[in-house]
Amino acid sequence: MKIHATDRNGQSRELEGRDGWTLMEILRDDGLDITAECGGACACATCHVYVAQEWYEKLTPPSETEIDMLDMALAVEPNSRLSCQIKVTDALDGLVVRTPEKQA
Amino acid sequence: MTKRVETDVVIVGAGPIGLFAVFELGLLDLKAHLVDILDRPGGQCTELYPEKPIYDIPGLPIVSGQELTDRLMEQIKPFGATFHLSQMANALKREADGRWALSTDADVEIVAPVVMIAAGGGSFVPKRPPIAGIEAYENKSVFYAVRKIEAFREKDILIAGGGDSALDWTINLAPVAKTLTLVHHRDGFRAAQHSVNKMRELVDEGKVQFHVASVKSLHGAGGRLEAVTLSGADKKEWTHNCNAFLPFFGLTIKLGPIAEFGLNLHENLIVVDTARFESEIPGIFAIGDINTYPGKLKLILCGFHEAALAAQAAFHICRPNEKLRFQYTTSSSNLQKKLGVA
Repeated sequence: MKIHATDRNGQSRELEGRDGWTLMEILRDDGLDITAECGGACACATCHVYVAQEWYEKLTPPSETEIDMLDMALAVEPNSRLSCQIKVTDALDGLVVRTPEKQA
Repeated sequence: MTKRVETDVVIVGAGPIGLFAVFELGLLDLKAHLVDILDRPGGQCTELYPEKPIYDIPGLPIVSGQELTDRLMEQIKPFGATFHLSQMANALKREADGRWALSTDADVEIVAPVVMIAAGGGSFVPKRPPIAGIEAYENKSVFYAVRKIEAFREKDILIAGGGDSALDWTINLAPVAKTLTLVHHRDGFRAAQHSVNKMRELVDEGKVQFHVASVKSLHGAGGRLEAVTLSGADKKEWTHNCNAFLPFFGLTIKLGPIAEFGLNLHENLIVVDTARFESEIPGIFAIGDINTYPGKLKLILCGFHEAALAAQAAFHICRPNEKLRFQYTTSSSNLQKKLGVA
């Protein structure tokens, strides 16, 4: 399972997804611009990513908590998500995401 | 006037590890003062995830960040530590007698032979939005907090954000502002419902303007803001005149002044030994998430262990002529007396 991630400098790379992990953990472990201050508790908005539109619609919609917490992220766009709230599954093979200029 | 106080150990950070250090020091009859930038103890546990369950505290199968903090506060109650809250630990310098003087931004100076840095990732500071050149306007036209409402009288105020701070200040500044505009990226708020209702009333009365928009750029000169470019939901941009801008996007953690304490840092973490959890500067210890050593795990339970060992080492610095006898709380009537249970 592959994830295509673009960092804040526009550099793209292909990451190996791990079924059952969160997208935050995969991006963070590969050194992408993810701060994840709260460690994945949906409590800090520093694992913010932009999800490519065609993939955004395929994801499980954000919970009320995530929508609220996104208010604390910087430069939020309609395709913004918190990557700690996205569980990676085989269905997301090919997922395309981009990290923002700043997490905090 | 600087207020000077003396104690055995000054602890920077009142998170779970700083709090438990009070306990371990207290068993050894060492007094502690704690400094924290937040207005209450608990650090990340209460600031970031008060309601989230933690599952890896030994003996507590499930505990929330707030409950863990409350229990630690109960546990350290017998030791009467002094808290200096809402204060930033600003500078550390050595006194002529070899003790350390830690000064805070509230003009308090705490003098002690031992410093324990239990500051987690550093201090909580407001998030700075990614708008080019915003630094030049900070504290002149851009503010991350309101210290005096009067300073905003007759201003054209722009507030950005959708949380409690954004809404509270919209409501509180509206009566003094010449104009007040609130922008947020959606027409929904994570703030208390009564605040949202009050804000909407002010909008209906024409006292506040609300736009679903975000700030793209700032215009002005010499730190004096004149206007901003706003971008709406449809990406259409327009110029909005204002001379005060208050972005409220919550807090983030930055190392802050600790970086200037003269300690050996590795990737913003303080390098310590694993017998004493002391930095390379004698008398300055680092425990919890802020330290690093081979095999380090950023777990609360590891910080507790570090606090216990650091307290033992601190005893020898604070009481060089006394012998330390290791005792168990289960059997020592001396310790039980200190805990107020004997």
